Amino acid sequence: MDEFWEIIKGLDFSPLWISLKTGIIATVLSFFLGIFAARKVIKARPAVKAVVDGLLTLPMVLPPTVAGFFLLLIFSTRRPFGAYLFETFDIKVVQSFLGCILAAAVIAFPLMYRNARAAFEQIDVNLVYAGRTLGMSDVRIFWQVVIPTAGPGVFAGTILTFARALGEYGATSMLAGNIAGKTGTISQKIAMVIQDGDFLTAGVWVAIIMVIAFVIIVLMNAAIGKQMNHIEPW
Amino acid sequence: MAVHICVKKDFGGFMLDVDVKSDSKRIGILGASGCGKSMTLRCISGIVKPDAGIVKVEQNVYFDAKAKINLKPRERSIGYLFQNYALFPTMSVEKNIGIGIRGTKAERKEKVEQMMERFQIESLRNRLPRQLSGGQQQRAALARILVCNPRILLLDEPFSALDIHLRDKMQQELLEILEDYGGTVIMVSHNRDEIYRFSEELFILDEGAVKGKGDTKQVFNNPGSFAAAKLTGCKNIAQARQEGDRTADVKAWDMKFQMRRKLPDNLSGVAIRAHEFQIEKPQEEPYLVFPVCGPRVTEDLFEYNIAFYTSENAKEPIQWKIGKDRFEAKRQNIPNEVYLKEGKLLLLESEKY
Repeated sequence: MDEFWEIIKGLDFSPLWISLKTGIIATVLSFFLGIFAARKVIKARPAVKAVVDGLLTLPMVLPPTVAGFFLLLIFSTRRPFGAYLFETFDIKVVQSFLGCILAAAVIAFPLMYRNARAAFEQIDVNLVYAGRTLGMSDVRIFWQVVIPTAGPGVFAGTILTFARALGEYGATSMLAGNIAGKTGTISQKIAMVIQDGDFLTAGVWVAIIMVIAFVIIVLMNAAIGKQMNHIEPW
Repeated sequence: MAVHICVKKDFGGFMLDVDVKSDSKRIGILGASGCGKSMTLRCISGIVKPDAGIVKVEQNVYFDAKAKINLKPRERSIGYLFQNYALFPTMSVEKNIGIGIRGTKAERKEKVEQMMERFQIESLRNRLPRQLSGGQQQRAALARILVCNPRILLLDEPFSALDIHLRDKMQQELLEILEDYGGTVIMVSHNRDEIYRFSEELFILDEGAVKGKGDTKQVFNNPGSFAAAKLTGCKNIAQARQEGDRTADVKAWDMKFQMRRKLPDNLSGVAIRAHEFQIEKPQEEPYLVFPVCGPRVTEDLFEYNIAFYTSENAKEPIQWKIGKDRFEAKRQNIPNEVYLKEGKLLLLESEKY
């Protein structure tokens, strides 16, 4: 037990902060982009809908390393676009914190998009029409009627997005790498110390991530539970 | 014209082609489900954009395809009562009513208070829509619409979401509320009783087109088309063929009607309301005689339904309804023939509209 406290005391907490920062920023990005994409896809023509929906959902279905491959294909400084970004704007996605955010956002985005879309599709279209005939602007209808009514679904999507972004490993390790204090997230830290056979340090990080996961589940159930109250059990 | 609505829209397989012009303040649109009633209201309110036509209320042009005018729904000053009322589920009654009002906070609050008082829902102000009964929801939805003082009211099957025992009460209530309302009201329904009570002028809608129109009572008395006869509740409708000027041949009933009045040139069918048959011979008016063969009686609370054939060759039975106070339908009491005033044989013309 003493050994355990020694490790906690000497622990470098940077992976926790990097993971949390990555998770929060990627979630905020996905939240707005996901809602925006969901809204656009619902309005699109059926053929466009099928194609766009497939593309947007793909990162969730494919292995994260495939997403990593595509991200590297675009952003590697040895590729044209990546080189252009680096030389012209001094923006480096590879081996940087920006890479962490990008990888997490790409992987987690489909969860936000799909949940938001499912929640919007449940909305009675007459509510929107009623808002219009009552003189409300579309923006006001969206934020005052649609989002609150779709609230539990959108909230559940946000939480899932955060959870996915927080734990991202595959695409992150390819794009951002594992630089201690810069891009080293909790998932990467666990993988690294396990390779050194340091089960104790790995265990501490596993405990931390499990606490976070538990909080997420409680939040999820609180959100969905509200919705479940008017559903008859069967 | 108080309202002039002429809209065309192709939905691919379903064509909406409605022409409604009226000066009446209470317009009814009667049609079966899927006939385009709700779609017509959506075109009037601007939710759906027609391919062609014109939508005009009083002097205000809402839509004119040729002049490229298409006002947004929020610019049309329309009160739209949806079938399920469409109250915003996450807002209290008070917030729902106040959502569409413009002005300062104090003005808005005052208007909401007035409306809640008028509709007797002050005590429900903090409730959410799902915590209200059907009748209360309808009142809240009407309050939310009327507080904006709309130029025209559109009522989409306003009573279909209510329990039967509530319907009569709410119909009465709605008629009283509308007495204070100065604008035009259009109600669509598939229920002939609702429409009969409510509307001064009636339009019959079938398969996306107007198949009958006129003063409500006149349309009920003389529907003129198959669709109108069916929708206004005629139980007996059959194809008919003209023989000469005054004889109508109805194969389905194996009957030939010799009429005193001249038949229209394009007669295609006849209709009879089930209540119009009588046991006694009419004294002053010309009448038609119907032999009664193989009658079958089913009993309702206040009346009997008697289905009979006019002969062994008749293919379709005739439905006759008679009040229990008039007659006790024991087998031996059913007469061998019943009578119909000639004027009660409704003549249907093909392609009337």
